Amino acid sequence: MKNSIVKIILLLVTCFLVNGKSFKPGYDVGDTITDFKLKNVDGKNISLADFETAKGVILIFDCNTCPYSKAYNDRIISLDKKYSSQGFPVVAINANDPQISPGDSFNEMVEHAKKNKYSFPYLVDENQSVAKAFGASNTPHVFVLVKHEQAFKVAYIGAIDNNVRDASSADKKYVEDAVDALLQNKPVTTSKTKAIGCGIKWKNS
Amino acid sequence: MTRILALFLLVTTSALAQQEISIVKFNTVQKLLDDKSAPIQIINFWATWCAPCVKELPLIEAINEQSAEEEVKVTLISLDFADKIDKVKSFVKLKKIKSTVVLLDDIDYNSWIDKIDKEWSGAIPATLLLNTKTGKRKFIEKELVDGELQTLIKEIKE
Repeated sequence: MKNSIVKIILLLVTCFLVNGKSFKPGYDVGDTITDFKLKNVDGKNISLADFETAKGVILIFDCNTCPYSKAYNDRIISLDKKYSSQGFPVVAINANDPQISPGDSFNEMVEHAKKNKYSFPYLVDENQSVAKAFGASNTPHVFVLVKHEQAFKVAYIGAIDNNVRDASSADKKYVEDAVDALLQNKPVTTSKTKAIGCGIKWKNS
Repeated sequence: MTRILALFLLVTTSALAQQEISIVKFNTVQKLLDDKSAPIQIINFWATWCAPCVKELPLIEAINEQSAEEEVKVTLISLDFADKIDKVKSFVKLKKIKSTVVLLDDIDYNSWIDKIDKEWSGAIPATLLLNTKTGKRKFIEKELVDGELQTLIKEIKE
């Protein structure tokens, strides 16, 4: 009897401590993000504050090398084409350590953006601090941000849709649904999803 | 007669040695999670295109040799796309992989990632260790290092 009581107390204490909120670093939906300044493939530095007239930003942690990133490349380009004019431009960030992944060097990023005719910024997160601040884990990893009184809040975190292999078979278009909801001032119904992807290539400590 | 029998046995055993890789949906993996036939289960998520996944495979394979038979069951779950099954088979054959390999073809990832582990972001490589008797589990969302699996197996037995 005493053993059971101890177990129940321990369980309650654990529940209280872990209370639904993960201790993983990074932003959660609803958090206001801290702005950053990163170098774009054109050599210029970009901050989110530069998007003065935007209603939000579709921030995507991406890379040149991951097969999933390649599979989603066209869809990422389409997202910018569709939503940039509506106030939600795409901003891509590559946080991969080029020592581990030479295909993700800055020069390769420049080539990649040129070859794919990127209409959006493709920024390099050299010390990986922005990826860590956001809690980005694999590529591609989307954070839909909505502008709120000069700052940006997280409205959606996760995958682009539910079918990496075949765009036409994806029947849950998470990012589009989130941005459409924000444009209509409606709540985002699915605000967090997960997807298999290549882990971000963190620097060896 | 004995020669024919010997030849028959040779052909069948060599065919068995070249393992069959099933293409499965998540319900098969769920059954694996509930499988208590071996005291310790190691389930690794990998893909042929994932460099750190490929790099750590020998460490996981070594467990088969080091562990007592029937003590640890290792399953390597490939997340290659199903139409690349031949590539996976060639890879397994080339690397002489002895652990059971299955290809998980369940593309709606968001529907099952949390069922493996709620903390899993979906990044691979990822390895789940299960003590099927006590229910104790350990989930590692990164490339394994030398000796790490052995330490984790000791910890999970406690």
